[in-house]
Amino acid sequence: MLETLRLRYFQGNQFIKDIENAPMRKQFRGFPVLNPNEDASACEGVCPTGALNLNPLSIDMGKCTFCGACARACKAVEFTNGYKLASTDREKLVVTPDMTYEDYQKTAVEVRDEIHRIFGHSLKLRQVSAAGCNGCEMELNACSNVNFDMGRFGIDFVASPRHADGIVITGPISENMAYALEDCYKSTPDPKIVILCGACAISGGVFQNAGKLNREFLEKYPIDLYIPGCPVHPLTFINAVLSFIKK
Amino acid sequence: MNWIITENNKPINLYDIPCLNINDLRSEIINLDKRVVGFFGQKVSDGVKLFVVMADDSEGKLYVSSAHFASGEKSYESLTQTIPAFHMFEREFFEDFGIEPLHHPWLKPVRDHKKEYPFFEIEGEEIHQVGVGPIHAGVIEPGHFRFMCNGEKVYDLEIRLGYQSRGVEELFISSPSNQLAESVCGDSVIAYNLAYSKAIEALEGIEVSNRAQIIRTIALEMERAAIHIGDLGAIAGDTAYLMGASIFGATRTLVINTMLEICGSRFGRGLITVGGVNYDIDEELSAGMLKTFDKVVKDVKRTTETMLKSPTVISRLERTGVVSQEQAKSLGLVGMAAKASGIGLDTRFDFPDKWYAEFEDKKFKATGDVYSRTRVRYKEIMQSFHIIRKLLAKLPEYKNEPLCVSQNAKSADKFVVSMTEGWRGEVIHTVITDNNGNISRYKIKDPSFNNWYGLAIAVRNNGISDFPLCNKSFNLSYCGNDL
Repeated sequence: MLETLRLRYFQGNQFIKDIENAPMRKQFRGFPVLNPNEDASACEGVCPTGALNLNPLSIDMGKCTFCGACARACKAVEFTNGYKLASTDREKLVVTPDMTYEDYQKTAVEVRDEIHRIFGHSLKLRQVSAAGCNGCEMELNACSNVNFDMGRFGIDFVASPRHADGIVITGPISENMAYALEDCYKSTPDPKIVILCGACAISGGVFQNAGKLNREFLEKYPIDLYIPGCPVHPLTFINAVLSFIKK
Repeated sequence: MNWIITENNKPINLYDIPCLNINDLRSEIINLDKRVVGFFGQKVSDGVKLFVVMADDSEGKLYVSSAHFASGEKSYESLTQTIPAFHMFEREFFEDFGIEPLHHPWLKPVRDHKKEYPFFEIEGEEIHQVGVGPIHAGVIEPGHFRFMCNGEKVYDLEIRLGYQSRGVEELFISSPSNQLAESVCGDSVIAYNLAYSKAIEALEGIEVSNRAQIIRTIALEMERAAIHIGDLGAIAGDTAYLMGASIFGATRTLVINTMLEICGSRFGRGLITVGGVNYDIDEELSAGMLKTFDKVVKDVKRTTETMLKSPTVISRLERTGVVSQEQAKSLGLVGMAAKASGIGLDTRFDFPDKWYAEFEDKKFKATGDVYSRTRVRYKEIMQSFHIIRKLLAKLPEYKNEPLCVSQNAKSADKFVVSMTEGWRGEVIHTVITDNNGNISRYKIKDPSFNNWYGLAIAVRNNGISDFPLCNKSFNLSYCGNDL
């Protein structure tokens, strides 16, 4: 017992106090900025998911794996360490030249009164890994560890869809998970939200041309929040949900 | 000769591989008495070709042979009846090519969900079934577990997988990339990307610089240490030792944040590329890493030793989920799970490159239970940081070497086996090229492919409430198995 308490002493406090303004290491590849004055021709064909479009120049964060291949190939693309990447609108994930990180954040998440009223103080989520590679899953688990401590905001992952206010989907949605995913969605009581987490869930990512996917779910049901990343960083996820449920 | 002998990452000519009659190949495999690491088919114009790769772990050699099935041949006498370690390989081959291994004792689907799965059932008044999944209580990948229980006691567990199946191997033929390799199994980013890159480099004759090789090896060991630390936390959590769960969680963060400082991703995405690495470890970063890892080692040591002294923890770990050495050997378990049952398989030391050759794998006193799997992880964390320290000290010697060298020409009609020891065990990528030098078959074998059945054996005769603990102690991959 005393030894366990001794561990506590050495451990100190680990949590990040101000999640919304938490500093991010400069090496992190987050929000991309495009410079149309630079020659982008060297970037042709380097993007593994087709997120980077050269004519006209744009980058789709819904497809981007933030691998940095384009930024290494030419000067037209540069990744900042901006980690607030989420949007309520699929179209807005497409970054165009001269769009700054600050501009993007102003309009990316549309705040809705009813969301705040219903989920503002407590949001319980059921996560469904639909062929997710365990990258996003591990980062979502990390959201609840002592560093990020998402639970302090009333946001938690729960075991049953019956207890949930919404579902978080990771992975490109395989044929073999399509039924279970839809079943889980139907088992979640109304009103409910759907969050797509990571490049695979949003666009199929590197698996967009894989033969064993079934992404019909996304056409059938409304999606409330898109969170880009590969995998999604815990700070990206927590800030995305906070900005979505706040006033 | 009925076998061609090669080594890890050493390409051979496709047409030098002996092609036997299946019955001859079958008796050759039985006589050879080596460990199976590859058993897969490829469609050819007039039927199916079956490739077999057997490993001689004590000599560091690989034995390759093949057999041809004409379009009409639809069955052969199964190997599993003689060598049980073949059971998953033969099931997979049957599912992919429809060639039936006769008298296979457990010929069930591997990934296919088209037909209803024939679960094994025990009947009796006191017997009940518990079904779990595909969606589990926690935030993890999907899979279905069916328990046959008498009261609390599990008589049998059957694991049905395939939910994660995406068709990865086909994607490696149509659009191979480092980013794809990194996403096959997102908890083993470095191991998978390394296996892919080394296979391609071997095929294209690329010599990677020493500097890049050292950085890759450091990253591989960091990945291993980070996952093991996280899993110690998960084991602590499942034994309700919450102090351990918090501390290991925070300690793992230190390791993966260091990875972010190297390459911009907490899991090491973007670090490795065909030809070398994309990011360097300079002297300043190296000094910072050493400082961080000193703290990590201290924290892990203090916490593990305190945790493993606690009677409430020990009583949950000892004699729980036992896999005996005999069982592990006959089922063909690999990697960390095999080590915990007393089978010292580790491709880092069995098939060493020049960086691992100077390290030795210390003996481990295995008991085959959850406790043993916990100790293996602790041992490997310490070993990884020891290796990292030694390699970081070597880095300045190769200061002027390039990080990445450009790609050479493709080579046609080759066959190469690339083995990398990920944290779970051997990650094996086998690549075959066609007469234009393009990939015509890409085969991946994750260690989980061998080890899932080990988990099913481990929980037999245990309380069902100990299942989560057994599961965490193995921590197997769903997507690595399902591909």
